[in-house]
Amino acid sequence: MRLPLLALLARGPAHGYELKQDLEQLLGSAYPQPNVGQIYVTLGRLEKSGLIEGEDVEQSSRPNKKVYHLTDAGREALHAWFEETEDEPRVRDEFFMKLALAPQSGLADQIALINRQRRQYLNTMRSLSKLATAENRDNRIAHLLIEGAMLHLQADLDWLERCQEELEELE
Amino acid sequence: MSDASAPVPENTPVLRAEGLLKTHYGEGAPAHAVRGVDLCVRQGEFVAVTGPSGAGKSTLLHLLGGLQRPDGGSLWLDGVRTDGWQEARWAVERRRRIGIVFQFFNLVSNLSVADNVELPALLAGLPPKQARAEREALLAELGLAGKERSLPGELSGGEQQRVALARALVNHPPLLLADEPAGSLDSKGTREVMRLLSRFHQRGQTIVLVTHDARLASAADRVISFFDGRMADDAELTAAPPRRKGISGVLELKD
Repeated sequence: MRLPLLALLARGPAHGYELKQDLEQLLGSAYPQPNVGQIYVTLGRLEKSGLIEGEDVEQSSRPNKKVYHLTDAGREALHAWFEETEDEPRVRDEFFMKLALAPQSGLADQIALINRQRRQYLNTMRSLSKLATAENRDNRIAHLLIEGAMLHLQADLDWLERCQEELEELE
Repeated sequence: MSDASAPVPENTPVLRAEGLLKTHYGEGAPAHAVRGVDLCVRQGEFVAVTGPSGAGKSTLLHLLGGLQRPDGGSLWLDGVRTDGWQEARWAVERRRRIGIVFQFFNLVSNLSVADNVELPALLAGLPPKQARAEREALLAELGLAGKERSLPGELSGGEQQRVALARALVNHPPLLLADEPAGSLDSKGTREVMRLLSRFHQRGQTIVLVTHDARLASAADRVISFFDGRMADDAELTAAPPRRKGISGVLELKD
């Protein structure tokens, strides 16, 4: 969450709780609600590494709050973040290893493995559809996040289908 | 059709198939499209059949809707055995018991939207006034009010599929069959079809959907995986949160 917090601070100074609310508003219910403690810890680390600076602001009836602003180093880090492309999603996962090793081990059936994994993906897909229905229609960013997750799952399901096609042919 | 008016005992499946077989004979080796399928669909269920292209899932749907006849096995609709039905009988039943939507909409291109929807109602013997009322209600519900006089070709793919859905449902059939209903639609049209199928299902519509699109399939509460003419898996989807990280894991932004 380091860079997203920095990016939010690029607009102007803010305190921890504001940043939490901004994130929630931006990403909607699609994004697991950031926990405020986690945000404070991250802000502390960012401050230690010189990417942001905090200033205590006195409040009349409450404890001081700390308002953070981006440093030049922070702005630099953000530029670098936006410049860089990201790694591809994983292509080899634990499930793949199970599938590859099932016949040798003699302990599991490949088709049964595929069927079980597909059930889980389908259930997750269903939860995502429900989330999409529940999410505010106007929050495009949240919908794009959910749609991205659905398309990734779709690709995984298509791949399971390919595995099953190939492996059933051998039977 | 004396059996049509006979009361259907409670808990009779809307659809039941036993040992359905279908082989296509074309050039080359015979293709075993459906190889012994047993299937039971209860009132109010929403079942999706998924699988790769060529797995035989569309053939299965065609058998269930009487668009093709099986080479073997039996099929019951609302407890009525269909084995001896001729085409004329199937045509009647498709107006009354079964609504069907297709990938390419199959609307009558030189009839208006309104006429496309009213036609099956009139053919089923509904008085014109009532057919019109049904059509108006459905088109309004599907967000097509104002498009009554358009020709299908003047509408977007998503709109045409909504017209096809209205046509399929105008006679309130107990069973809706959908064959790749989003197969020629974009992502937005797919979501729209998904939303509408879910909405009709929530009101009690029994649906059997054939699709290769897992997103669409996940709207169903039961998913059958079809491979090589056979059911490889038949899974109830749960509403419960998936185990372990589930969706929050899928949606997680990296630290």
